[in-house]
Amino acid sequence: MNQPSQTSSQRGAADASQPASRFTAYMINHAQVFISSLGKLYRAPLSNLMTIAVIGIALAFPMGMMVLLQNMQTVSGGWNGATQISLFTKLNINDERAAKVGQRLRLMPEIESLHVLSREEAMHEFRSLSGFGEALDVLESNPLPAVLIIRPTTFHSTPAQVALLVEKLRSLPEIDIAQLDLQWVKRLYTMMEIGERGILVIAALLALAVLLTIGNTIRLDIQSRRDEIVIVKLIGATNAFIRRPFLYTGFWYGLLGGVFSWLMIEISLGLLAGPVEQLAGLYGSSFTLTSMNLLNTLILITCSLALGLCGSWIAVSRHLHEIEPA
Amino acid sequence: MISFQNLFKRYPGGHDALSDICFDLDDGEMAFLTGHSGAGKSTLLKIISLIEKPTRGQALLNNVNLARVSRRRIPFMRRNIGIIFQDHQLLFDRTVFDNVALPLIIAGYRHQEVGSRVRAALDKVGLLGKEKQNPITLSGGEQQRVGIARAVVNKPPLLLADEPTGNLDPELSWEIMQLFESFNQVGVSVMIASHDIELIKKMDHRVLCLSHGQLSEKTAQELGE
Repeated sequence: MNQPSQTSSQRGAADASQPASRFTAYMINHAQVFISSLGKLYRAPLSNLMTIAVIGIALAFPMGMMVLLQNMQTVSGGWNGATQISLFTKLNINDERAAKVGQRLRLMPEIESLHVLSREEAMHEFRSLSGFGEALDVLESNPLPAVLIIRPTTFHSTPAQVALLVEKLRSLPEIDIAQLDLQWVKRLYTMMEIGERGILVIAALLALAVLLTIGNTIRLDIQSRRDEIVIVKLIGATNAFIRRPFLYTGFWYGLLGGVFSWLMIEISLGLLAGPVEQLAGLYGSSFTLTSMNLLNTLILITCSLALGLCGSWIAVSRHLHEIEPA
Repeated sequence: MISFQNLFKRYPGGHDALSDICFDLDDGEMAFLTGHSGAGKSTLLKIISLIEKPTRGQALLNNVNLARVSRRRIPFMRRNIGIIFQDHQLLFDRTVFDNVALPLIIAGYRHQEVGSRVRAALDKVGLLGKEKQNPITLSGGEQQRVGIARAVVNKPPLLLADEPTGNLDPELSWEIMQLFESFNQVGVSVMIASHDIELIKKMDHRVLCLSHGQLSEKTAQELGE
């Protein structure tokens, strides 16, 4: 009888019809288990589909929210500039005087750039962006003042410096209102940040749920195959050999759960796309809902796979060594 | 092949299953292990098949000290032992062919090699036509022969059988024993635990007799006296 540690090499030399080399055998077994574990899922379609659906739904929720949030960020991206101050001139100031004021202000060291929006241009912009364009047609004269749009230098963009600058500009005789456009962008961003945090927390909790679902499913699978495990251990199966089908089952749960969740997100976004486009149209915007991009899809599938493998690994390492022949 | 020196096995709780066991089983030798139930036959087989570890003394399998085999190496040691169980221990969720192929799959044989070896083993036990059936559709004797085919399919140098004829009528039991004898004739060491005295007498091989954990050697003729 050969020494166990030398089994494969000695036998291999003695007889060509002996086990394949350890590496080949390993790869062959992986390939076999890869296919057979999928076949096992296929043979019990209903219960496995339910497990996959649970995983899919749990992952679709945070990922779908994330995609919606990303869409919101592209909408607000138009204002994603640096701090901006809008100076609304008094109504009796005509475009020429407004331009002169602009020239004077450009010389101030605090100001990086300045753009003068004439009354006519302001009217035009309001008509195209606000969605209340028709309301203007009723009016006989242009009710909008000229606007000076100012970007402070980076140095003067800190909240304290900007506040000082705004005070200074507000005191100019030609200026009616000086408005810092930073505030609401800041608020929106903070809200979105909170949203993002919230989604991450929910994602973490649901990921844990997926992990437990897969772990529990695999644990039940291990228990129902207890006798089989004892038998194959008695005829020389290594722990890795026994572990493999369960890990591949976890892999398939993860992969199929990820695909299921991708499908659910795509369908949900498809259902939302029409109404969102309509709403955007009402605001005069050509915004359309973008669905999952490649990166998001990759993240989703990778996370799902990782959860599947981790869940089954935890179940297998916790329960497999308890089963020994006796 | 097997060598036990002053081996003791005490189970937790203080029950001495085996005490001061000394025996050798040579390469290619065939022996029966007999004794009343609870005499320690199963414990002895469990020590050889690395299910239990001896409490004291030495158990060598092919010059490897069984007490010192690490968990990681146990599977590889077991591949050199064909084990046959009283209750067959077949898997009923797969065919006869797949049951017999299992040790080869575990050892990593190539696909074509698995097919020819499984058919050779099934031919040897007279079940060649039944490879596609589920073992549950077979009779007790046939199931036992599937178990034997699985034990010999990777040509282990040692066969251990625990009451292989326990549930079979005398005629079938005799056929099964003939089968073991034929493996022995091609050089396989065989050790069969059985309490079927009549059968053992007919076979005329070495007999190890366990009684209350102690071992004595007898000839087939001395049995039952």
